[in-house]
Amino acid sequence: MAKKLRKAYVGLIMAFLYAPIVMLILYSFNNSKSRAKWGGFTLKWYRELFADEAIMSALGTTLSIGILAAVISTALGTVGAIALFQMKRRPRQAMLSVVNLPMLNSEVVTGVSLMLLFAMARIQLGYVTLLLSHVAFCVPYVVLSVMPKLRQLDPNLAEAAQDLGATPLQGFFRVILPDIMPGVFSGFIMALTMSIDDFVVSFFTTGSGVSNLSITIYTMAKRGISPKINALSTIIFVCVFVLLIGINLSDLRKDPRSQDKVDKVRIPY
Amino acid sequence: MKRNKALAVPFMLWAAIFIVVPLVMIVWYGVTVEEPIPYTEIVQEDGTTVFQLEDGSVTAVRPQKKTVVSLSNFRRMFEPTYLRLLLRSFKVAIITTLICLLLGYPVALILTGTDFKRPALWLMLLILPMWMNFLLRTYSWMSILENNGILNNWIASLREMLPAFDEWLTSRGVRRRIIFLYNENAVILGMVYNYLSFMIMPIYTVIEKIDKSLLEAAADLGASPVKSFTRVTLPYSIPGVLEGITMVFVPAVTTFVISQLMGGGKVPLIGDIIQNQFGKSSDWHFGATLSLLVMVVVLAFMGALNKIDKDDEPVKEVRIL
Amino acid sequence: MEKILSIKDLRVVFEDGFTALGGVSIDIGKNEFVTLLGPSGCGKTTLLRCIGGFEKPTSGEILYKGENIIPLPPYKRAINTVFQRYALFPHLNVAQNVAFGPDLRGEDKKKTAAEVERMLKLVGLEGFGKRKIASLSGGQQQRVAIARALINKPDVLLLDEPLAALDLKLRREMQLELKRIQRESGITFIFVTHDQEEALTMSDRIAVMRAGQIQQLGTPEDIYNEPQNAFVADFIGESNILTATMLRDRLVRFLGCDFPCVDSGFGENAEVDIVLRPEDVKLKPIADPVANVPEGVVETLLFKGVHYEMKVRVGESVLLVHSTHARAVGTHVKITIMPEDIQVMHKSETSPDVLRKHAERAL
Repeated sequence: MAKKLRKAYVGLIMAFLYAPIVMLILYSFNNSKSRAKWGGFTLKWYRELFADEAIMSALGTTLSIGILAAVISTALGTVGAIALFQMKRRPRQAMLSVVNLPMLNSEVVTGVSLMLLFAMARIQLGYVTLLLSHVAFCVPYVVLSVMPKLRQLDPNLAEAAQDLGATPLQGFFRVILPDIMPGVFSGFIMALTMSIDDFVVSFFTTGSGVSNLSITIYTMAKRGISPKINALSTIIFVCVFVLLIGINLSDLRKDPRSQDKVDKVRIPY
Repeated sequence: MKRNKALAVPFMLWAAIFIVVPLVMIVWYGVTVEEPIPYTEIVQEDGTTVFQLEDGSVTAVRPQKKTVVSLSNFRRMFEPTYLRLLLRSFKVAIITTLICLLLGYPVALILTGTDFKRPALWLMLLILPMWMNFLLRTYSWMSILENNGILNNWIASLREMLPAFDEWLTSRGVRRRIIFLYNENAVILGMVYNYLSFMIMPIYTVIEKIDKSLLEAAADLGASPVKSFTRVTLPYSIPGVLEGITMVFVPAVTTFVISQLMGGGKVPLIGDIIQNQFGKSSDWHFGATLSLLVMVVVLAFMGALNKIDKDDEPVKEVRIL
Repeated sequence: MEKILSIKDLRVVFEDGFTALGGVSIDIGKNEFVTLLGPSGCGKTTLLRCIGGFEKPTSGEILYKGENIIPLPPYKRAINTVFQRYALFPHLNVAQNVAFGPDLRGEDKKKTAAEVERMLKLVGLEGFGKRKIASLSGGQQQRVAIARALINKPDVLLLDEPLAALDLKLRREMQLELKRIQRESGITFIFVTHDQEEALTMSDRIAVMRAGQIQQLGTPEDIYNEPQNAFVADFIGESNILTATMLRDRLVRFLGCDFPCVDSGFGENAEVDIVLRPEDVKLKPIADPVANVPEGVVETLLFKGVHYEMKVRVGESVLLVHSTHARAVGTHVKITIMPEDIQVMHKSETSPDVLRKHAERAL
């Protein structure tokens, strides 16, 4: 009895979280002018979505910024994590607190502060400032996910590589990087999703007509509801769903021993 | 083999430019205001105009505003209009945090128990909606709750089908179109929906890590399930609860998206004023002052919750490159 | 003995001012097994890291085949290291780990593969090539680390407490194994440990270190039987260390009696330390006719398997005695010591500490 109640409670919370999404998906196929009434199945909102140049160009911006920001911040964050890791305790702690600031700070403050930075440097707000800002708030997350992997490293690993004849750079690429790769990869994924999902910082740091998906949705939603957005949500949700399931399945396949711990589903959070 | 210090230089440079300088800018803008420079316009004999400043010097260019250090924006913050908004922001954020805690803690607790065969999978499903764009999530509620939205249409259909229900509603003075959106409750709903998972995640992680043998030991020592919860699980889960509180409270107190979409601009919060200062009203100095306030409050809040990152790595120095 | 490595007055002072090595000199011969032995913080690992190239000495020379190698980075030294926690590359399998060095040098893949097999055979891991590092036991990982180093045909192999992480039984096995590999490969081993038993079992020569200095350098027999000072005597094996007076050549006074001994050259009435190994202290019944020897009372008796361990109080001092013959607690005994079993040592800076430690045993 108590068990059923507990399960029902979790079910209720799930329903709360999924109901709006299910509604969105359902109504994205709704052939009705008065949006909330069911008027039969249609794909016309999807056609209109793909025909909407503003949305498509925003999608392009989101993806290109996301990938560029993720690549740059992963490189910078990995190097940064290593630099921090090699510092002495005191300066390292000081630097870590500084690097963590953007994560602790609210997004509004980060957005505003970067906007003021660009204003001071007299850089016209646009694609470049958007990219720089995304790199700025993604790097701490990369550092955060690489750092634990560095802590787990055998302290003599780099020395062992050099001992066997590898130059420091060879040692890094042949030994250290492969070993911390899971951390680097999850840092990359985190940066990518943070960038794609970001609205607040983008809102303050873009300009000259450059607009990403979040900003476009914001402007559209303020004007009112459009079934095109429903269609967009559906596509994004399906992508995310497939991606996450895929990551977890490939994890299961990679590690045969995980059969006995199927519970360890990975959430790249 | 010396530690490679060259590696740290570009990174520290980056941190300085993109973390430290921007924050310094906020402080600088926050404690300054722009003042017009007083001058007198003099039309000269040849028809050209020059401008004489207070100190007697003359210039051919019309004097612009000057930036002066002033704390007047801090005073402005405590004017009743703004103070009311500040207090409302905190009220809304605290209510949201409490609701998330009350809803989320049991979920985390149940998932770490034995009821579900694959709790991590369920957790993933709980987190999944978080991976959809935050604006789309908020938007989904708008399309349900708006005056001509899904919920109102369903209620209307119900009224058509069940006249008795319609009469009962009419007798109670319920309107044809119920206004769900554009009030504080809608804003709180939007926040709870968006941030609930932020509460569940850290609590789940902490409770899951509790050594199960502790609970067995408690049971062995004669503790009832309730006792072993209050004596073992609850105290051990406090760090997760604190983290969850921060992860909900911080975005809740500073958001302007939810208040604008769900509140329709009728429930402005501190985030909305900040956004306004950098948009329509365009008083960057006041906006910076408010941002500064938000920053101090948030960091103080986290400091109080002992959230500042603990450096748990070994003292020994390690070289990699 | 052909010298391969010659270390001259090596000093290492860390950034914080700590002197890790205070002028160490040692010559190491070809195909020799030398152990650096000492408590933690004595500088033995620092010395090893200097030879490997991971630490820059403040001053001094490291001559390898007559050439100073201090300016060379680790990857240019024909010296390989087996690290304390092995430092195997977790993302590579056993064969890839072993082939790491040859692959870096761009050697022929087929030749390398054959060589890897040979090395794995040498360390007793035939057929383990495809295994993942994580699936190996501590002892097996140890062997992979050795194979990975040996495949580069170094002239000198440095081993930094390689057995510290293994359990006692495995450690014994690996001690013999290492000795065998060293003999068969003909490579010079420099081995760091804080375990005196390990050092005595394996080494051709032992350098006992303390506070950045070599206290004594010699064969295991030398070090055990003729420790040069109280610290070495105390560190190597169980012992009784007493302060004594060298009355004249071949006569020393301690525990209130005069003992003939074999040492000379300390002068007359000189303050010295003496070391008595517990098995060299003989107990006689109080009724024994032997005269002019100290008398004592048995205070404790413990059975230790091959022998009994007794503590015998003689006035202010307590002697540790190992004997196959048990004597009940409270028994009065006479104590005799053969002249050649008394090791006389000059007083050194460490004697006060060691003597205090031994005196505390009496309380």
